[in-house]
Amino acid sequence: MPPATPTEAPPEPAAPADAPDATRGDVAGGVGHSAGRPDSTLKVTGEFAYGSDLWMDNMLWGVTVRSPHPYARIRSIDIAEALATAGVFAVLTHEDVPGEKTYGLEVADQPVLAFDVVRYQGEPVALVAADHPEIARQAAKKVRVDYEVLEPVTDARAALGHATPDLHGDQAGQVTELSRAAPYLHPEGNLVRHLKIRVGDPDPVADVVVVGEYDVGMQDQAFLGPEAGLAVPDGVGGVDLYVATQWLHVDQRQICAALGLRAEQVRLSLAGVGGAFGGREDLSMHVHGCLLALHTGKPVKMVYNREESFFGHVHRHPAKMRYEHGADRDGRLVYVKAEIYLDGGAYASSTPAVVGNAGTMGLGPYVVPNIHVDCYGAYTNNPPCGAMRGFGSVQTAFAYEAQMDKLAAQLGMDPVELRVRNAMAEGSPIPTGQVIDSAAPVAELLQRLRAMPLPSDLDGADLRHLPGGVSNTTHGEGVRRGVGYAVAYKNVAFSEGFDDYSTARVRLEAVAGAPQVTVHTAAAEVGQGLVTVEQQICRTELGVDTVVVHPKDTQVGSGGSTSASRQTYVTGGAVRAACHRVRDRVFALAAAYLGETLDDLRLEGGNIVSQTRGAVGSVADVLGTEVVEETTQWRHRRTEPIDPETGQGFAHVQFAFAAHRAVVDVDVELGLVKVVELACTQDVGKAINPDAVVGQIQGGSTQGMGLALMEEIQISEGKIRNPSFTDYLIPTILDTPPMPIEVLEYADPHAPYGLRGVGEAPTISSGPAVMAAIRDACGLELTKVPVRPEHIVDGGADREVSGTD
Amino acid sequence: MEFLAATTLSDALAAKREQPEAVPLMGGTDVMVELNFDRRRPPALLDLTGVRELDEWSMDGDVVRLGAGVTYTRVIEELGQALPGLAMASRTVGSPQIRNRGTVGGNLGAASPAGDSHPPLLAAGAKIELASVTGTRTVSIDDFYTGVKSHAGRPDELITAVLVRSARGPQQFSKIGTRNAMVIAVSSFGLALHPDVKRVRTGIGSAAPTPRRAVEAESFLSSALEEHDLWETRAALADSLVREFGERVKAAARPIDDVRGTAAYRLHSLAVMARRTLGWAWADYAGGTA
Ligand SMILES: Cc1cc2nc3c(=O)[nH]c(=O)nc-3n(C[C@H](O)[C@H](O)[C@H](O)COP(=O)(O)OP(=O)(O)OC[C@H]3O[C@@H](n4cnc5c(N)ncnc54)[C@H](O)[C@@H]3O)c2cc1C
Repeated sequence: MPPATPTEAPPEPAAPADAPDATRGDVAGGVGHSAGRPDSTLKVTGEFAYGSDLWMDNMLWGVTVRSPHPYARIRSIDIAEALATAGVFAVLTHEDVPGEKTYGLEVADQPVLAFDVVRYQGEPVALVAADHPEIARQAAKKVRVDYEVLEPVTDARAALGHATPDLHGDQAGQVTELSRAAPYLHPEGNLVRHLKIRVGDPDPVADVVVVGEYDVGMQDQAFLGPEAGLAVPDGVGGVDLYVATQWLHVDQRQICAALGLRAEQVRLSLAGVGGAFGGREDLSMHVHGCLLALHTGKPVKMVYNREESFFGHVHRHPAKMRYEHGADRDGRLVYVKAEIYLDGGAYASSTPAVVGNAGTMGLGPYVVPNIHVDCYGAYTNNPPCGAMRGFGSVQTAFAYEAQMDKLAAQLGMDPVELRVRNAMAEGSPIPTGQVIDSAAPVAELLQRLRAMPLPSDLDGADLRHLPGGVSNTTHGEGVRRGVGYAVAYKNVAFSEGFDDYSTARVRLEAVAGAPQVTVHTAAAEVGQGLVTVEQQICRTELGVDTVVVHPKDTQVGSGGSTSASRQTYVTGGAVRAACHRVRDRVFALAAAYLGETLDDLRLEGGNIVSQTRGAVGSVADVLGTEVVEETTQWRHRRTEPIDPETGQGFAHVQFAFAAHRAVVDVDVELGLVKVVELACTQDVGKAINPDAVVGQIQGGSTQGMGLALMEEIQISEGKIRNPSFTDYLIPTILDTPPMPIEVLEYADPHAPYGLRGVGEAPTISSGPAVMAAIRDACGLELTKVPVRPEHIVDGGADREVSGTD
Repeated sequence: MEFLAATTLSDALAAKREQPEAVPLMGGTDVMVELNFDRRRPPALLDLTGVRELDEWSMDGDVVRLGAGVTYTRVIEELGQALPGLAMASRTVGSPQIRNRGTVGGNLGAASPAGDSHPPLLAAGAKIELASVTGTRTVSIDDFYTGVKSHAGRPDELITAVLVRSARGPQQFSKIGTRNAMVIAVSSFGLALHPDVKRVRTGIGSAAPTPRRAVEAESFLSSALEEHDLWETRAALADSLVREFGERVKAAARPIDDVRGTAAYRLHSLAVMARRTLGWAWADYAGGTA
């Protein structure tokens, strides 16, 4: 077993570290200000064009024929009747895919259109284009697919041939017929990735040991704007695609491969995105729309409806986890053993990276000397799972935080105190051996939470403050209060050696006598506010008020993915770097203009300002007709893969830390929950836009709370039982409590402006805090997420409730 | 699809006679969902939103005549005193937008076991007014629900109004959902005390193929109240009595397991809701405020 040697950062090719004085918080609408969004008025007035609003005269409508079966062999596909329908222009199958027949973000295992077998319910099998959406839908029903239905594999452990627990849960798991019989769903078998971490003593002993098994259900991103795009053929073999997505260039790469076209022939532009949360990292209608457009020579629009959307994107991996924590009598962790199964569903999507996160981040922000982790991602015939906000860390946080509470209870210790005692800090090693080399204020986040005043007692006067709300299920009877804490830590940006860069093009010119900046990146704005951040950085760096955000497209280099909390960091870094180059050129122009070189210049308020002499000229005058434009690629510091046997390596760029305290009222007799308050503390390094930071924390907290309380795609025999917002519930405003938030700003010296990625961390700790509070209120273990009323009621079947009822 | 827009009740009834398969459209909050999801392709829609007669409510003695087209928002704002149970249930329906469009008549037309109007109307002992070109009849709410999502109206009839006696005693409504707003009932329960006739009536929602009363529980409770002179004395109810009532309400239900909840939980929750709503209603009655 390897010793827990700290892993050093690999040598840096360049020094991206930042002088703190680069942050000038005094520019109106610049970095550090809560600048307004450029698209806010359009969005609030309903005029913003989302992907589903795309329109072209004479366009056709594309519709997808999907498999009704989770697992089946395709005997034949008969398109004749569909094709003969008046108004139908094309019916396509896998035979019409000119290039690679399969695609994927990390593994190209997913058919553009199914051939031989379908591996999940809703898998695309054929496409129809017609001159009216209704005609296309009716024709789609006439595509006759002859299936030989097969028994689906629906359990991740069984898919891997591992032991599955007995049905009653009262015996140890065994390798049963279920596991022995699971067929290979892909040629290499059903294992997508197995991540191991081995640190320290393989047979550690501890004074106190707690074991728990936890089960997290499948969450959906539930973005409000369904998948949509418009493909327009260019008449010379190429295509322009307008699409709501998260990473234009990775889409382009996959579309080109499937179409057998070169990058210049497939041009993408970002359509208005109505939320993403990871669900738009994989392709949806992209290749399909382009195939139909190229085949018919006409523009083709495709929009999924709400139900289809549930089948049209990947979901959060459901997880089954077994954890064993050992600690000494003082509550110091001695070891953690964890076994984590993530159900990847039918195709790999980003399962390898999700396994990477769940495995390496899966013990939480605590220092653990002896570690044994096995994290598996499996193929099954369940819906494909991939990226979703929090990416592997969300699932494991439910387990590690429940374990910390269990340990505290066993030790008779305060749960916050136990966490503080084991908290990571700057200089701590994480389970992969990497040493944290910037602020890690875990203890402070917890202590600040604990110091916040608690909300007032139960207010029975207003039904909306009670579990059940206006549904009038209690006037206080059966209601118990609980408080719970949880902490998140999340890797920011892409890990394990990925070359994760962004490109920015910044142009400065004088327009009608005033300086104007245009910033052009391909980084997707999905509602998070990157467009605002791009403007703010330009204002701060170039001292120019008017900043135009160029539409996002592939006419500029990759902006990387809008995921992993990385865009403000990486694309923000690229914009800043491009601004610096522009600035240097303006200074050179200023030298020519002034006839002398000054080395104490800065750009401010549309002027070139000398430290000693004050304003020496306006930017507009200095530029004249000159257009200064610079395009820059920018990378965060390098990471490296982890060792496949020990899990050791410098895998992560940066860590984000957040903590939550949840206060809940639970009607223990009916199992209904009211979250009274959800307080959060988070270190963001530097709040580039303080209002947007708070917005991310509120939204992330709500999404995590939703998973704890209600959000679950229910699957039975591989089929989705609730593909609608009638039965896939997300929190409404009446379920969303007040959220006191404290934002800390401990600069990370490796990051632009010292910032830390913000978006994911609050999604990770809010749900576990809510679960902890519910457990505290009811005194039950509650190991299944989301918790349903019947779990609370069943768990407390013998509880006598005193009250007036 | 044909779209028939009536502006008077007689036009609407004539249209319904002519085309009995035309689907009435009131707030559209059920109909449009079904059309959008392609669950239903009727040959014609009969739009009733322009029919003024349906939009109104009036008092006839102590009976409220609630037009089928009166929205939940108006029930909450205007009829909280006269129809407290229905108003409480209306408050739990969907979101403000749905309450502004959705109607009690539409809820009855859909006759879903999960519809929130049904338990309070069962508990209040409402009558449903059905009209056709040949005349108007009323059907007791007890006979209105005939099967899963079906009711006693004939194809040539429209639901024109609900007739409910103004409340003589306390009424309560309680609904379980897995979130605190905008949720279809996992189970629901309505209860009305009728001190004038010394009766208790109930309504169970989402826990049987149709909305239904817990008839046996009602008579058990009514006779216990009578036997101990409790209508007169307004004395506190024995805990055992309240519990037994809950158990009997539960026994009246025939729930299933589905995506919204388990049958076992539905039964359990009904017993709890029955106990609690009885406790609240009786406390009101004992306090003499009703
Ligand atoms: C987002 C959302 C949330 C919802 N939440 C709830 C909820 O919490 N509780 C609940 O109970 N319901 C809920 N519903 C369902 C719906 O809002 C209610 O059933 C509502 O009462 C229907 O009324 P409406 O006027 O919109 O009916 P419509 O949709 O117009 O009609 C409903 C049915 O009644 C028939 N009908 C209408 N008028 C007549 C008439 N005069 N005579 C005969 N038949 C007629 C129609 O043909 C149709 O079959 C919800 C719906 C949505 C979309």
